[in-house]
Amino acid sequence: MNTAARKINMVQAINMALDHAMGQDPTVLVLGEDIADAQGGGVFKCTAGLSAKYGTERVKSTPIAEQAIMGAAVGAALGGMRPVAEIMLMNFMTVGMDQLVNHAAKLRFMTGGQTHVPLTVRTATGAGFGTGGQHADYLESWFAHTAGIKVVAPSTPADAYGLMLSCIFDDDPCVFIENLPLYFAPGDPPVPGTRVPLGQAKVVREGTDVTVISYSRTMLEVLAVADDLSRRGVSVEVVDLRSIAPLDMDTVRASVAKTRRAVVAHEAQVDFGVGAEISARLHRDLFGQLLAPVGRVGAARSPVPFSKALESAYLPTPERISAAILQTLS
Amino acid sequence: MSENESPSRATLLEIYRIATLIKRADDRFIELIKAGQIASPYYSPRGQELIPAAISVNLRPTDVVVTTYRGIHDQLAKGIPLEPFVAEFMGKATGTCKGKGGPMHITHVASGLPVTTGVVGSGLPIANGLAWAAQLKKSGQVTVCNFGDGATNIGAFHEALNLASLWKLPVVFVCQNNGYAEHTKFELGTSSRTIADRAVAYGMNGVEVDGNDALAMWSAARLAIDRARNGEGPTLLDARTFRFRGHLLGDDSHYIGKDEMAQAVAADPLPRLRAWLIAQGHASDAALTDIERTNEEAFERAVRFGLDSPFPDASELARDVVAMEHAA
Repeated sequence: MNTAARKINMVQAINMALDHAMGQDPTVLVLGEDIADAQGGGVFKCTAGLSAKYGTERVKSTPIAEQAIMGAAVGAALGGMRPVAEIMLMNFMTVGMDQLVNHAAKLRFMTGGQTHVPLTVRTATGAGFGTGGQHADYLESWFAHTAGIKVVAPSTPADAYGLMLSCIFDDDPCVFIENLPLYFAPGDPPVPGTRVPLGQAKVVREGTDVTVISYSRTMLEVLAVADDLSRRGVSVEVVDLRSIAPLDMDTVRASVAKTRRAVVAHEAQVDFGVGAEISARLHRDLFGQLLAPVGRVGAARSPVPFSKALESAYLPTPERISAAILQTLS
Repeated sequence: MSENESPSRATLLEIYRIATLIKRADDRFIELIKAGQIASPYYSPRGQELIPAAISVNLRPTDVVVTTYRGIHDQLAKGIPLEPFVAEFMGKATGTCKGKGGPMHITHVASGLPVTTGVVGSGLPIANGLAWAAQLKKSGQVTVCNFGDGATNIGAFHEALNLASLWKLPVVFVCQNNGYAEHTKFELGTSSRTIADRAVAYGMNGVEVDGNDALAMWSAARLAIDRARNGEGPTLLDARTFRFRGHLLGDDSHYIGKDEMAQAVAADPLPRLRAWLIAQGHASDAALTDIERTNEEAFERAVRFGLDSPFPDASELARDVVAMEHAA
């Protein structure tokens, strides 16, 4: 049997999840720029075929107007729907921030539980495509830092499928982070209808010397580094967070309690990033057991640069991830 | 509705009841704040009462109203129950939002008040979403979205009007145009001649109306609401009014000319409506006094309820943040 033929990529996985959710529940809606088939089914084709199947009333292309998109999604969610809003690129989330941060995130609390906002915001990002400073930021820590918002960043097609379903059917706003290189990376297909619970990390590679905690695109580099280091006699355990908020510290802590060394790797800036939160919690919980300070690898404190020469200095490259791991062992 | 249609006597008296209840609430909130029994910034709607009063008598209980931090008139007009309303102002556990929203975010879903925003202009995009949900469900529900003239200069206003018109949403945008954006006079902050003019840019009906005239406001609201309910799309009402008590309680309105203020006070819509109702034979002085007294008694019961209610327990901080708390 040709198993390679059974692989799917994340674009297909997201499309399958949206299709499944829309088929299951007529309140699931999709809106965003150019997402209907007449406009191309989304710039990355994640929504291809959905408007043909479910109609342009439920799969609505919008003007280029992120406040209007996010606001319509918040209002529709308050009105009993489960909207999935596509904000083409994560930097454009900034345009709709008021709706997400001041409203979607807080309305459940501020109304004393009278309302809630079952909204999913899909958004893509990532450096490496020459898009420069306004199209490639990882801003997950902004959202994780806001009470009321859940943030997921899958690294495999099957997790993308399962987390997408969980986000859509969750009763609170979820930010779903996609990444350009991962869109086309092949992976095992999901079991149809199977959800990946929010707030559940996964040990994707077992090891004994050091734990690397990562998510989204950086997982590709981390797994390659782990393979490389195993050939050099270093046994790396890899935890894919999958969800950033809520954060599954139980899984992270259990792994680090075993290996007693940890590195957090992500494409976002190191400073004030998710790695800082995880590092602080590990030092708090495992202070006496750690054999080395928790390492952090991420982007430099600079806007995403254009030039390839600068990009390699900016990004958490395999070399820098590897060096951070070896540092904990030195 | 025909051009000649006019509100019934009962409708006129209901408008008066609502408007005077709003005034009573406003007077008492200010007293309670000054007495230290409510600790909150307060944005008085004094002078703007007839706008929501005339709108609300045209709404169904299932219709929804989105409003702002200057919103007690809209909330009372929509029929928010007084006791939890006042308790929310006081930050009490018995408030509509368990004391977690406060005066700037009074919400009561059962009364059709799902969103009260503290951010200028932010209600409009959300109103679109509520209207979109109603359109998809074919529920016949109309969304009324209130905001001030200052909100028409923020981007969200323009994005929202464009989308509402494009999608033909069942929404009525009500600009309660009191002539001042915080402390800035209309023409110093707004480039268009009127707010209604701005609707033209979005292919939308824009209607100028005297928001301090109960009959004119009733007619304009009725037309806009009927249009929305009949699938004819949104309307932008530019309802002219005046704000007697500044932007924020404590602001002395020094930026308003003395003559302008004196003229506005002379034209205060509430005594004017009262005199007109009597002159037209719709009600006797005694009947209107009775309405006012009933309002006062009902409001005092609510104040007593609020004062006697407990504050929320600190454990409430961990509730209603998300549906199900996860181990952190």
